[in-house]
Amino acid sequence: MYVAVKGGEQAIDAAHRLLDEERRGDRSVPSITLDQIAEQLTLAVDRVMNEGSLYDRELASLAIKQARGDLIEAIFLIRATRTTLARFGYAEPLDTQSMRVKRRVSAAFKDIPGGQILGPTFDYTHRLLDFSLAGDVEPAEAARAPSALRSDMPRVLELLGNEGLMEQPSAEAGEPGDLTQDPLNFPAGRDLRLQNLARGDEGFLLALAYSTQRGYGRTHPFAGEIRLGTVEVSFTPEELGFPVVIGEITVTECEMINQFKGSATVKPQFTRGYGLGFGQCERKVMSMALVDRSLRAGELGEERVAPAQDEEFVLSHSDNVQATGFVEHLKLPHYVDFQSELVLLRRMRAEIDGAKDRLEAAE
Amino acid sequence: MRVLSLSAWNDLESCARDVAATPHDVLRAPETGLVMLRGRMGATGAAFNLGEATVTRCAVRLGDGTEGHSYVMGRNGAHARLAAICDALLQGRDTSMVISEKVIAPLEAKLQAAHVETSTKAAATKVDFFTMVRGDD
Repeated sequence: MYVAVKGGEQAIDAAHRLLDEERRGDRSVPSITLDQIAEQLTLAVDRVMNEGSLYDRELASLAIKQARGDLIEAIFLIRATRTTLARFGYAEPLDTQSMRVKRRVSAAFKDIPGGQILGPTFDYTHRLLDFSLAGDVEPAEAARAPSALRSDMPRVLELLGNEGLMEQPSAEAGEPGDLTQDPLNFPAGRDLRLQNLARGDEGFLLALAYSTQRGYGRTHPFAGEIRLGTVEVSFTPEELGFPVVIGEITVTECEMINQFKGSATVKPQFTRGYGLGFGQCERKVMSMALVDRSLRAGELGEERVAPAQDEEFVLSHSDNVQATGFVEHLKLPHYVDFQSELVLLRRMRAEIDGAKDRLEAAE
Repeated sequence: MRVLSLSAWNDLESCARDVAATPHDVLRAPETGLVMLRGRMGATGAAFNLGEATVTRCAVRLGDGTEGHSYVMGRNGAHARLAAICDALLQGRDTSMVISEKVIAPLEAKLQAAHVETSTKAAATKVDFFTMVRGDD
């Protein structure tokens, strides 16, 4: 017999009211505005847009506020929101070649055409707490160079490619797969792998990328080029039939250079891993590029020995909304499941006691 | 269309305030949906789906039958509507000149100035390498 139990409605309502109050915090402190989140917690917003897989700074800011700064909860809210909106179609692929660059560095070559542009980076800071930020001190304005950057920043990997030292990027192979429309099947193409990684958990990808560096499927990487800047988004509406620019977004891009692959017909060349993400998310795209390269093990004829080379392992566990759903569901009532285990355990123990009694009686 | 979409709502509103009063029928009320953005593997290779963005679209028809369409990233219905009206007016022979001069040109100048500001600030962070000479000879 199964008896459904209901209850807790009032408790749930009260819990949510308590949550609302705790979210607000001390009412003598002004409530945080979405503008403040969007403008000053920029990188948190970027992370929520990336892993929520939805570019909308306002919505991401709202999600962060609602989630009390719990970014995975905020990502969950964004994923839920996107399911309520109709899909208008697919944009033209972003042309990162024409990115308006804010930052662009290469760890492989010192003298790259266009130069090393540090941009707004935490690199080279001392990681000492800046107590002036505890107050209301306005920072000095950023310095300006007399002239703007060149608009046609050459790509580092292309320079190597021109010499034949770099493998060519994967060639166009028809309409890319879309994880939001079809379930993921294995083996997954590189298109699906990259989509999965782009929305994957930063911490998970970081750990996997780190594992490849420490020897679990090593790929000998160099950060060939990292770029941060804005790109325009083009979309072809059905009713117009030609592409129009519908806005621009900030993206971070990472091209990793990895060790060689050659064959009987092709002399050894560097191989590549690619990372691209919304907003400023350097750690994420670097990790993505390392994991992308690791997951190409099969294609490049490498033995798959490490977790980061196992696409089923990586792609099935990268999504933090899925992961948190399955882990956190354990706290929801499992009273009946547990009751059955309890009955089972008691029976097992009783059977052992019974067997012992019989044995003693026989003696 | 590019300038109308890229411009900030405040800028568009202040440049195109008079335009909003143009009599028009709404063919499609501002509607917010999603567009899937794409990247390319290795920046120039095969395409892959990167993630979605919110987009708002709107379509209007002027008294003379000219249709205007807009697709603008974000969720601002007023922006999409004003952009659609401008799009329609840009197709009329007489109105096109006015919109180009009164709306598009100042918005484009503003965008350009913002790009220059961003770029010169980035350029100031460009590294000048110098070589440390070691030893006396």
